[in-house]
This record gives sequence, structure tokens and C-alpha cells, in this order.
Amino acid sequence: MIAVAARTAAEIAQRGRPCSLRVRTLIEGSIKYLLWSLTFLSVATTAVIIAVLASETYGFFTTTDHPEISLWTFFCGTEWSPLLGAEPMFGVLPLVAGTLLVTTIAGVVALPIGLMTAIYLSEYATARRRTLLKAVLEILAGVPTVVYGFFALTFITPYLLQPFSSAFGTYNAMSAGIAVGIMILPIVCSLSEDALRAVPQSLRDGAYALGSTKFDVSAKVVVPAALSGIVAAFLLALTRAIGETMIVALAAGGLAQLTANPTAQVQTMTAYMVQIFLGDAPAAGIEYKSSYAVAFTLFLITFFLTWIGAIVLRRYREEYE
Amino acid sequence: MTHSSALVTPMDPATTTPSTPASTQDARAAATAPQSAISMRGLNAWYGTNQVLHALDLEIAARQVCAFIGPSGCGKSTLLRWINRMNDTIPGARADGTLSLHGIDLLDRALDVVDLRRRVGMVFQKPNPFPKSIFDNVAFGPRLHRVYTRTDLEELVEQSLRASALWNEVKDRLDSSALGLSGGQQQRLCIARAVAIGPEMLLMDEPCSALDPRSTASIEELIRELRASYTIVIVTHNMQQASRVSDSTAFFYEGRLIESGATDILFTNPKNRQTEDYVTGRFG
Repeated sequence: MIAVAARTAAEIAQRGRPCSLRVRTLIEGSIKYLLWSLTFLSVATTAVIIAVLASETYGFFTTTDHPEISLWTFFCGTEWSPLLGAEPMFGVLPLVAGTLLVTTIAGVVALPIGLMTAIYLSEYATARRRTLLKAVLEILAGVPTVVYGFFALTFITPYLLQPFSSAFGTYNAMSAGIAVGIMILPIVCSLSEDALRAVPQSLRDGAYALGSTKFDVSAKVVVPAALSGIVAAFLLALTRAIGETMIVALAAGGLAQLTANPTAQVQTMTAYMVQIFLGDAPAAGIEYKSSYAVAFTLFLITFFLTWIGAIVLRRYREEYE
Repeated sequence: MTHSSALVTPMDPATTTPSTPASTQDARAAATAPQSAISMRGLNAWYGTNQVLHALDLEIAARQVCAFIGPSGCGKSTLLRWINRMNDTIPGARADGTLSLHGIDLLDRALDVVDLRRRVGMVFQKPNPFPKSIFDNVAFGPRLHRVYTRTDLEELVEQSLRASALWNEVKDRLDSSALGLSGGQQQRLCIARAVAIGPEMLLMDEPCSALDPRSTASIEELIRELRASYTIVIVTHNMQQASRVSDSTAFFYEGRLIESGATDILFTNPKNRQTEDYVTGRFG
């Protein structure tokens, strides 16, 4: 019976059409070419975006209409009023300050809560509960940011902040910061949890065997061992917060002020760009060009953070190899 | 579960007359062993519905080295993990019968496991130093349980590292990462870490299986030195190792204790056919 089956299998194997070396080489070659061109496409897109940003930014700084614009007045100027008054001012610091204020509030909200949630999910929760909670977090991550902006404007400000203090205006940095914090929470949580779960079980066992409680194991072994992964998660989440646009455009306001007051309205770099590109400025004007300079500044900041994040992450990978 | 009567050993309750009172057994065990640190009677253990230990009766003498041998999956590591209750971290792990350490019921749900693990240290199969400095690795356990002055802690770390024969190799780099040590050094560091909390007993789960022969030799030498101060239970797959380092040996097969006794007797003149086959390398 086995012999019969073997003969049948051999017969079937012989029946297939032979595949010529030429055809195989051709297919392999074209697959490689296809993959290469798709890779090239994404790299080229990035390069083009950076080139456009750089060239428009160059145009902004070399404009002859506004002799007062220079690298110095742009990066160190404390007043940003491109659309108001007779004499437009292009000092980017108020926009940077607005961005940093919102990002700081978001970080204060999201980083501790995100890390604690990650510790709970990774160290304390049962497998069942973890699956459930992670699904909820994924839903949170899937909410369009415009919804968060709307939520900040119509719920956080009137129902959470204004009853607390009358100093809060309709638009304020606090509500936008809290909403951005909620938005980046799933990122902090899920990336930190990955880092915590990457800590080998053998380290937990070692700590338990020395008489650690669950909290000792989490706080003194797992979190320190995953620290670089957690820091990388924080940096990536903050990068997302810095680049967030819709929430701040809706809830933070439109007045660029150099302030650290969370009750005041601020304009972030991204919110300014939205304002310009939504039609407040003529396409060839200096205001239009200025938004490219702002975009380039933003790009430099996020690039720097991503770069730091990558370095930290690399260190963390080395630790277990 | 059915098993052939050939598996039944003198320690198995099936061979003792049902009328024999437990106290007689205890007296007999006390007469043969110097002093029992660990004592088990009819110990059964499960992971979920899978029974992994069947009616174990065994005494482990204090201040001696006891080796657990047997093929993979025979339950020896499970038994080890019940002695310091590491099985608490595994959902679905449970046990019944009697398992005690100097009369303390180790199966008591209300037992303070933190205190137990302070008294019963463990060394794992794969060296698992924390990604911290050599000093902080050894100081980890002591810091958990008490507050020390810096000088006391330094002295404790030095003594623990001396006890694990690592001091001379690391004394100049206590602040460098423990992950920079070789595998054998890491394992000795893990022993130092376990010794630093002042346990009375050390459990070693195949401590040399991830090490090269030279490091293995140094760990074995260390075990022989440590037996003066600690009760040691070592799980090993290496027959030569068991015969070199242990005073008594217990042979397990499929979750049952097949034979136990003084190591030289068990290896040279085993009573049971299966034990003989295993220790002579005919199976397993």
C-alpha cells in the first residue's frame, strides 16, 4: 500500500511542467526591480519634500521685500505677527513656545499615565484582561485627531477647566495639551509595553527568587532594564505631539504669544501653517513663504528627536544581545 | 495513571503498610539522615489538569548536597520550584500532600513567600544577572529586605563575592556592568547574589548546563565549598556532575521518585533497574 502511494506521488511529481532557468531568472530579476523601485519611490518622496521645504525656506530668508528678515530675527525674534499691523514681525519663538507648551502639557499627561498603564498591562494584568485593554487602547489610537480637538473645545475647556478657574478662555493651551496627551497615550503605552515585555522572564524569576514582591520586580528590575526602550517611546510620542495639528488648530487658539501660561491661547507652528494654507494669505506673499520656514524649523526639531530616539533604541537593543 | 509495580520503591507509600503511622516513618527517616531540612510526604503537583508529580516521599538532609536526576520532563525542576514557591508565578500550578522546610508547611497558601525566598535562594539554568553593575547585582537582595549603611553593604558584597569565588576577578570593576562578565562568572555572580541575602538553602536548577567545561569545574568546586554552610539541592542532567558534587541523589522518572539514597550507593549499587539503566547511560 505504501509502495503504491509512493509511485503515485512520484508520478504526480513528474507530471508538472518543467520551469526553465531563463523564466525563473527573469521572474526573480523583475521582482527585485519592482521592490527596488517601490523603495526608491518612498525615499525619493521624502527627499523631494525636504528639497521643497529647503528651497522655499531659502526664498523666505533671501527675500528683498522685507530687509528685516534674517536668520537672527527669525530664530531669535520674540514677536510673531505676520498678518497683523503695518509692520509684519517674523520671530518664530512665540510659535516654538506655543508648541513646547502644548507638548509639555501633553507629556505631563501622557508619559506617567502611559508608563503606569504599560506596567499594569505587562506585569500585573491577566492575559485576558490585557487583550481586552489593548483592544480598547487601539480604538483610542484610531480616533481621528479632529475628534480630540472637538472634544477639547467642547468638553475639556467648558466642563473640566472653566469650572476650575475662570482664567481659562475658550481657546487655551491647557485643553489642547490634555487632548494631545490623550492622543499620544496609546503610543506611549504600547511602545513602553513592548519594551517591558522584551525584558527576559529570567530576570523576573531571578528577582522573585531573591524575595522581591511584584512591585519590587516591576520597579527595580523590569523598568530599569527597559529604560532605554521607555525613553525611546517617550521621544517618539513627544515627536507626534509636536507635529500634531488638528487638535491645536481647533482648541489652542490663533494668537502667537510668547508665554508659558496654560490658561492663555497660543498658536503652535502647525496651527500657523494651517491658518496660512487655509487661505488667510496670498500664495506668493511673504506670509506664505514664512510658513515654509516654520515647517522647516518643525522638521528640524522632530528630526532631532527621532534621531535621539533611534540612538537610545539602538543602545537598548544591544543590552540583550 | 497506571504504572508497573517495578516503579514502586521502598519510599513509595504503596509498599509501606497502610497501618504504619506517619510518626514511625519520620523516626525512621530521622535515623538514616543527619537532620532533614526538607521533608515531603505524598506530594502531588499539577500544572492545570496535567499531574507532574506523583506521591513523592523524600527527605533532604541539612548541610548536604542533594542531586535531583532524571530525564527531561520528569518533574525535578517542578519540585525545585515548589520548594521556594516559584510556581506561584505560573497560573494553574497547584500541589497537595506535605512539603515542609524545618517543619514550616511550604504548601500553605498564606505562607509569606517573600520570607521563604529569603531563606531559600535559587540559581537558574541560564545565568540571569540584572543589567546593573556587579555591585548592584549582589546588593539587590539585601537592599530589598533591610536598610544598610554603605560600609555594611560593601562588606556584605565582598563576602558574598568571596563566597562565590568571584571576588579576585571582579574586585577592581564592581561598578561595571554584570553583562560584561563571562557566562561562568555570571553564574558565580548569581550564586553570590543568592548568598548575599543569607539563605539557609540554595536551589540550583541545572546551574552548569549553559557553561563550558572550565566554568562548570569552577562552579562544582564552589558547590563543594558551599555545602559547609548551606543545604543545596542541585538539578542536573550530568551524571558525572551528580556523582562529583552530591552527598545524596534522588532519581525521578515521569513525575515519580524511583530511588533515592546516598550518592555513592545509588550510582554503584542501585536497587532499581531503571535507576541503573539511567545512571549507566542506557536511557535518558
